[in-house]
Amino acid sequence: MVRVRLSALAAACTGLVGLALALIFFVAPTDADQGFSQRIFYFHVPIALTSYACFGWGAWKALRYLRTRDERADLESYVAIHQGVIFGALTLITGSIWAKASWGVWWSWSENQLVLFLVLFLFYCAYFMLRFSVEPGPVRANMSAVYALFGVVLIPVSFLAIRLSQKFIHPVVFTSHGPQMTGLQFFVFCVSFAALLTLFATLYLVELAGKRLDAHVRELRELLT
Amino acid sequence: MIASSSSPPSEWQYVAAAYLVVFIFVLAWVVLIAAKLGRLQKQLAELVEKARARG
Repeated sequence: MVRVRLSALAAACTGLVGLALALIFFVAPTDADQGFSQRIFYFHVPIALTSYACFGWGAWKALRYLRTRDERADLESYVAIHQGVIFGALTLITGSIWAKASWGVWWSWSENQLVLFLVLFLFYCAYFMLRFSVEPGPVRANMSAVYALFGVVLIPVSFLAIRLSQKFIHPVVFTSHGPQMTGLQFFVFCVSFAALLTLFATLYLVELAGKRLDAHVRELRELLT
Repeated sequence: MIASSSSPPSEWQYVAAAYLVVFIFVLAWVVLIAAKLGRLQKQLAELVEKARARG
Protein backbone atom coordinates (compact mmCIF):
# COMPACT_ATOMS: atom_id res chain seq x y z
CA MET A 1 0.00 0.00 0.00
CA VAL A 2 2.76 2.40 1.05
CA ARG A 3 4.89 1.35 -1.92
CA VAL A 4 2.01 1.98 -4.34
CA ARG A 5 1.29 5.35 -2.75
CA LEU A 6 4.96 6.33 -2.87
CA SER A 7 5.36 5.19 -6.48
CA ALA A 8 2.25 7.15 -7.49
CA LEU A 9 3.51 10.20 -5.61
CA ALA A 10 6.97 9.94 -7.21
CA ALA A 11 5.36 9.65 -10.67
CA ALA A 12 3.09 12.65 -9.96
CA CYS A 13 6.12 14.60 -8.71
CA THR A 14 8.14 13.86 -11.87
CA GLY A 15 5.19 14.83 -14.06
CA LEU A 16 4.45 18.04 -12.17
CA VAL A 17 8.10 19.16 -12.05
CA GLY A 18 8.42 18.50 -15.80
CA LEU A 19 5.20 20.39 -16.48
CA ALA A 20 6.27 23.28 -14.25
CA LEU A 21 9.65 23.59 -16.03
CA ALA A 22 7.96 23.50 -19.45
CA LEU A 23 5.49 26.21 -18.39
CA ILE A 24 8.22 28.36 -16.81
CA PHE A 25 10.51 28.34 -19.86
CA PHE A 26 8.07 28.04 -22.78
CA VAL A 27 4.70 29.47 -21.67
CA ALA A 28 5.15 32.07 -18.91
CA PRO A 29 5.50 35.60 -20.31
CA THR A 30 8.74 37.50 -19.72
CA ASP A 31 8.25 40.05 -16.95
CA ALA A 32 8.26 43.63 -18.23
CA ASP A 33 10.03 44.95 -15.13
CA GLN A 34 12.58 42.25 -14.23
CA GLY A 35 13.05 40.53 -17.57
CA PHE A 36 14.18 36.92 -17.99
CA SER A 37 15.62 36.61 -14.45
CA GLN A 38 12.07 36.83 -13.04
CA ARG A 39 11.71 33.16 -14.04
CA ILE A 40 13.67 32.29 -10.89
CA PHE A 41 10.56 33.46 -9.00
CA TYR A 42 8.58 30.38 -10.12
CA PHE A 43 10.87 28.07 -8.14
CA HIS A 44 12.31 30.43 -5.51
CA VAL A 45 8.97 31.44 -3.91
CA PRO A 46 7.38 27.94 -3.98
CA ILE A 47 10.59 26.52 -2.44
CA ALA A 48 10.38 29.13 0.36
CA LEU A 49 6.67 28.40 0.93
CA THR A 50 7.42 24.66 0.92
CA SER A 51 10.09 25.14 3.57
CA TYR A 52 7.49 26.98 5.72
CA ALA A 53 5.12 24.04 5.12
CA CYS A 54 7.87 21.58 6.20
CA PHE A 55 8.54 23.50 9.42
CA GLY A 56 4.80 23.80 10.06
CA TRP A 57 4.34 20.06 9.49
CA GLY A 58 7.30 19.37 11.79
CA ALA A 59 5.72 21.54 14.50
CA TRP A 60 2.36 19.78 14.09
CA LYS A 61 4.06 16.39 14.51
CA ALA A 62 5.99 17.75 17.52
CA LEU A 63 2.69 18.80 19.08
CA ARG A 64 1.28 15.34 18.39
CA TYR A 65 4.33 13.82 20.07
CA LEU A 66 3.86 15.97 23.17
CA ARG A 67 0.19 14.96 23.36
CA THR A 68 0.53 11.23 22.63
CA ARG A 69 4.24 10.44 23.39
CA ASP A 70 4.22 8.40 20.19
CA GLU A 71 7.83 7.88 19.00
CA ARG A 72 6.67 7.82 15.38
CA ALA A 73 5.51 11.44 15.67
CA ASP A 74 8.97 12.44 16.95
CA LEU A 75 10.63 10.81 13.93
CA GLU A 76 8.11 12.41 11.56
CA SER A 77 8.76 15.83 13.12
CA TYR A 78 12.53 15.35 12.73
CA VAL A 79 12.24 14.29 9.07
CA ALA A 80 9.92 17.23 8.24
CA ILE A 81 12.37 19.70 9.80
CA HIS A 82 15.27 18.05 7.97
CA GLN A 83 13.40 18.55 4.69
CA GLY A 84 12.59 22.13 5.72
CA VAL A 85 16.27 22.91 6.23
CA ILE A 86 17.09 21.50 2.76
CA PHE A 87 14.35 23.63 1.17
CA GLY A 88 15.47 26.59 3.31
CA ALA A 89 19.05 26.27 2.00
CA LEU A 90 17.67 26.18 -1.54
CA THR A 91 15.59 29.30 -0.84
CA LEU A 92 18.67 31.20 0.32
CA ILE A 93 20.80 30.06 -2.63
CA THR A 94 18.19 30.67 -5.37
CA GLY A 95 17.24 33.98 -3.72
CA SER A 96 20.86 35.04 -3.64
CA ILE A 97 21.30 34.25 -7.34
CA TRP A 98 18.10 36.17 -8.17
CA ALA A 99 19.27 39.12 -6.03
CA LYS A 100 22.55 39.25 -7.95
CA ALA A 101 20.69 39.17 -11.28
CA SER A 102 18.10 41.80 -10.25
CA TRP A 103 19.78 44.07 -7.69
CA GLY A 104 23.45 43.48 -8.51
CA VAL A 105 24.27 42.16 -5.01
CA TRP A 106 24.30 38.61 -3.59
CA TRP A 107 22.88 39.64 -0.24
CA SER A 108 21.47 42.73 1.50
CA TRP A 109 21.63 42.92 5.30
CA SER A 110 19.18 45.85 5.31
CA GLU A 111 16.35 43.62 4.04
CA ASN A 112 14.18 42.32 6.89
CA GLN A 113 12.74 39.52 4.73
CA LEU A 114 16.18 38.10 3.92
CA VAL A 115 17.63 38.46 7.40
CA LEU A 116 14.55 36.96 9.09
CA PHE A 117 14.57 34.01 6.72
CA LEU A 118 18.27 33.50 7.52
CA VAL A 119 17.45 33.64 11.26
CA LEU A 120 14.68 31.06 10.73
CA PHE A 121 17.07 28.83 8.75
CA LEU A 122 19.83 29.06 11.39
CA PHE A 123 17.29 28.43 14.15
CA TYR A 124 16.31 25.15 12.53
CA CYS A 125 19.98 24.27 11.83
CA ALA A 126 20.52 24.58 15.59
CA TYR A 127 17.67 22.05 16.07
CA PHE A 128 20.02 19.33 14.81
CA MET A 129 22.82 20.42 17.16
CA LEU A 130 20.37 20.21 20.06
CA ARG A 131 18.90 16.88 18.96
CA PHE A 132 22.21 15.13 18.42
CA SER A 133 23.79 16.47 21.60
CA VAL A 134 21.33 14.41 23.68
CA GLU A 135 21.12 10.62 23.95
CA PRO A 136 18.17 9.06 22.07
CA GLY A 137 15.11 8.66 24.25
CA PRO A 138 12.15 10.55 25.70
CA VAL A 139 14.29 13.49 26.92
CA ARG A 140 15.67 14.11 23.42
CA ALA A 141 12.22 13.73 21.88
CA ASN A 142 10.69 16.20 24.38
CA MET A 143 13.42 18.81 23.87
CA SER A 144 13.22 18.47 20.08
CA ALA A 145 9.42 18.81 20.11
CA VAL A 146 9.46 21.95 22.27
CA TYR A 147 12.20 23.49 20.10
CA ALA A 148 10.24 22.71 16.92
CA LEU A 149 7.17 24.41 18.39
CA PHE A 150 9.16 27.53 19.30
CA GLY A 151 10.53 27.72 15.78
CA VAL A 152 7.14 27.73 14.13
CA VAL A 153 6.44 31.14 15.72
CA LEU A 154 9.15 32.61 13.49
CA ILE A 155 7.31 31.58 10.31
CA PRO A 156 4.55 34.24 10.35
CA VAL A 157 7.13 36.83 11.44
CA SER A 158 9.33 35.92 8.48
CA PHE A 159 6.36 35.91 6.10
CA LEU A 160 5.00 39.26 7.30
CA ALA A 161 8.39 40.97 7.64
CA ILE A 162 8.31 42.35 4.14
CA ARG A 163 4.83 43.81 4.69
CA LEU A 164 5.84 45.42 7.99
CA SER A 165 8.97 46.96 6.50
CA GLN A 166 8.78 50.59 5.34
CA LYS A 167 11.79 50.53 3.06
CA PHE A 168 12.55 47.51 0.91
CA ILE A 169 13.74 46.36 -2.48
CA HIS A 170 12.48 42.80 -2.16
CA PRO A 171 9.39 42.54 -4.42
CA VAL A 172 5.94 42.07 -2.84
CA VAL A 173 3.89 39.71 -4.98
CA PHE A 174 1.07 38.69 -2.64
CA THR A 175 -0.64 41.75 -1.19
CA SER A 176 -4.04 42.33 0.44
CA HIS A 177 -5.33 42.99 -3.11
CA GLY A 178 -4.32 39.48 -4.25
CA PRO A 179 -1.39 38.23 -6.35
CA GLN A 180 0.32 41.02 -8.30
CA MET A 181 0.80 39.09 -11.55
CA THR A 182 -1.12 38.11 -14.64
CA GLY A 183 -3.48 35.12 -14.69
CA LEU A 184 -1.01 33.04 -16.70
CA GLN A 185 1.88 33.89 -14.38
CA PHE A 186 -0.26 32.95 -11.39
CA PHE A 187 -1.21 29.64 -13.03
CA VAL A 188 2.46 28.79 -13.65
CA PHE A 189 3.25 29.75 -10.07
CA CYS A 190 0.47 27.43 -8.77
CA VAL A 191 1.75 24.50 -10.88
CA SER A 192 5.30 25.10 -9.57
CA PHE A 193 4.03 25.26 -6.01
CA ALA A 194 2.10 21.99 -6.46
CA ALA A 195 5.26 20.40 -7.96
CA LEU A 196 7.41 21.51 -5.03
CA LEU A 197 4.85 20.33 -2.45
CA THR A 198 4.68 16.94 -4.18
CA LEU A 199 8.49 16.81 -4.21
CA PHE A 200 8.49 17.49 -0.46
CA ALA A 201 5.86 14.78 0.15
CA THR A 202 7.87 12.25 -1.90
CA LEU A 203 11.21 13.04 -0.24
CA TYR A 204 9.54 13.07 3.18
CA LEU A 205 8.02 9.60 2.72
CA VAL A 206 11.24 8.13 1.27
CA GLU A 207 13.37 9.52 4.11
CA LEU A 208 10.83 8.39 6.69
CA ALA A 209 10.78 4.86 5.22
CA GLY A 210 14.60 4.82 5.30
CA LYS A 211 14.73 5.96 8.94
CA ARG A 212 12.14 3.36 9.99
CA LEU A 213 13.99 0.61 8.14
CA ASP A 214 17.23 1.71 9.83
CA ALA A 215 15.54 1.46 13.25
CA HIS A 216 14.15 -1.99 12.47
CA VAL A 217 17.56 -3.26 11.28
CA ARG A 218 19.19 -1.94 14.46
CA GLU A 219 16.53 -3.61 16.59
CA LEU A 220 16.94 -6.88 14.70
CA ARG A 221 20.72 -6.78 15.16
CA GLU A 222 20.31 -6.29 18.90
CA LEU A 223 17.94 -9.25 19.06
CA LEU A 224 20.36 -11.49 17.17
CA THR A 225 23.48 -10.59 19.17
CA MET B 1 38.04 35.82 -26.29
CA ILE B 2 39.49 37.09 -23.02
CA ALA B 3 37.10 40.03 -22.99
CA SER B 4 34.05 37.81 -23.46
CA SER B 5 35.11 35.40 -20.68
CA SER B 6 35.48 38.25 -18.16
CA SER B 7 32.12 39.89 -19.01
CA PRO B 8 29.39 39.63 -16.34
CA PRO B 9 26.98 36.68 -16.64
CA SER B 10 23.81 37.35 -18.58
CA GLU B 11 20.30 36.97 -17.12
CA TRP B 12 19.75 33.51 -18.58
CA GLN B 13 23.00 32.31 -16.99
CA TYR B 14 21.72 33.36 -13.56
CA VAL B 15 18.40 31.59 -14.23
CA ALA B 16 20.24 28.45 -15.39
CA ALA B 17 22.45 28.58 -12.27
CA ALA B 18 19.41 28.84 -9.96
CA TYR B 19 17.65 25.85 -11.54
CA LEU B 20 20.89 23.88 -11.71
CA VAL B 21 21.42 24.35 -7.96
CA VAL B 22 17.93 22.94 -7.25
CA PHE B 23 18.61 20.00 -9.59
CA ILE B 24 21.99 19.25 -7.97
CA PHE B 25 20.51 19.40 -4.45
CA VAL B 26 17.72 16.97 -5.33
CA LEU B 27 20.12 14.69 -7.20
CA ALA B 28 22.57 14.66 -4.27
CA TRP B 29 19.73 13.87 -1.89
CA VAL B 30 18.54 10.97 -4.07
CA VAL B 31 22.10 9.59 -4.35
CA LEU B 32 22.57 9.78 -0.55
CA ILE B 33 19.26 8.06 0.15
CA ALA B 34 19.99 5.39 -2.49
CA ALA B 35 23.39 4.73 -0.87
CA LYS B 36 21.79 4.50 2.56
CA LEU B 37 19.06 2.13 1.36
CA GLY B 38 21.72 -0.01 -0.36
CA ARG B 39 23.68 -0.22 2.92
CA LEU B 40 20.53 -1.14 4.85
CA GLN B 41 19.66 -3.83 2.29
CA LYS B 42 23.14 -5.34 2.77
CA GLN B 43 22.87 -5.25 6.58
CA LEU B 44 19.41 -6.82 6.42
CA ALA B 45 20.70 -9.64 4.19
CA GLU B 46 23.53 -10.29 6.70
CA LEU B 47 21.06 -10.42 9.57
CA VAL B 48 18.81 -12.83 7.68
CA GLU B 49 21.85 -15.07 7.07
CA LYS B 50 22.69 -14.91 10.77
CA ALA B 51 19.12 -15.78 11.73
CA ARG B 52 19.06 -18.72 9.29
CA ALA B 53 22.39 -20.02 10.67
CA ARG B 54 20.87 -20.03 14.14
CA GLY B 55 18.01 -22.09 12.81
